[in-house]
Amino acid sequence: MSELVSVNRLDDRDAMVVAPRGDVDMACSPELRVALRSALDKPVPRVVVSFEDVTYMDSSGLATLVEAMRGAKSANKALVLYGLNDKVRAIFEIARLHQFFTIAGTLDEAVATA
Amino acid sequence: MSNTDPHIRLELRSNPIYLSGARGLVQSVARRLGFDDLECHKIALAVDEALCNVVRHGYERAEDRPIWLSLWPLGEPSVGSAEGIRIVIEDEAKQVNPDDMVGRELDDIRPGGLGVHIMREVMNSVEFAKRDGAGMRVEMTKTLPAAVTADSA
Repeated sequence: MSELVSVNRLDDRDAMVVAPRGDVDMACSPELRVALRSALDKPVPRVVVSFEDVTYMDSSGLATLVEAMRGAKSANKALVLYGLNDKVRAIFEIARLHQFFTIAGTLDEAVATA
Repeated sequence: MSNTDPHIRLELRSNPIYLSGARGLVQSVARRLGFDDLECHKIALAVDEALCNVVRHGYERAEDRPIWLSLWPLGEPSVGSAEGIRIVIEDEAKQVNPDDMVGRELDDIRPGGLGVHIMREVMNSVEFAKRDGAGMRVEMTKTLPAAVTADSA
């Protein structure tokens, strides 16, 4: 498993959880992209992305998430983000993407929303 | 002020693994000049986006090319006296028309193209220019909220 991103299946919730850690920047976004593609390829209806351990994200991380959201929509799956701190949330707001994504507070809310 | 030597000048290679180090430096200096935690984070984000543009578009992801990051305080370099921060990023990459350095329309949601928009949204001023000889230069300033209030009073 990657040190930067974990991908786990929640069997009882019929969901995949992708959990990046630390800084999601140009150096680390390719790994997140691979993890999201892997999760979206699994036969589950929803993918949730945990930001609980993400301390920083730049526009390369945003681009990766936009690409994943497009993939989710074309596969008729739900993609929900949760656990964003104020600093990470700020970049979504600066890029005015906070309304493009579904953003929940907790894992339970994310799974319930999806 | 603008013609003085930088108070900090960092030379780094165009390898994305060094972005976090550059962000840490900028964030730390901005905090010492009096910016709050969230503003420090946003200033570091603007610098990160500028550096990413150089790596991605200027050097086309070559990882061994030089980038120079220079910092100055606006006003005196101490908490309570500083009025903001001035940041210049220079490279030896291919030159482009500075007028072409615009962010894309945000309604056009697609991966990429957000870096310049983020820089302009976060900083008070962002100016691109061609360097003499080779490469590009971007100069950004961010004023402390108290300095803005004092200026406008």
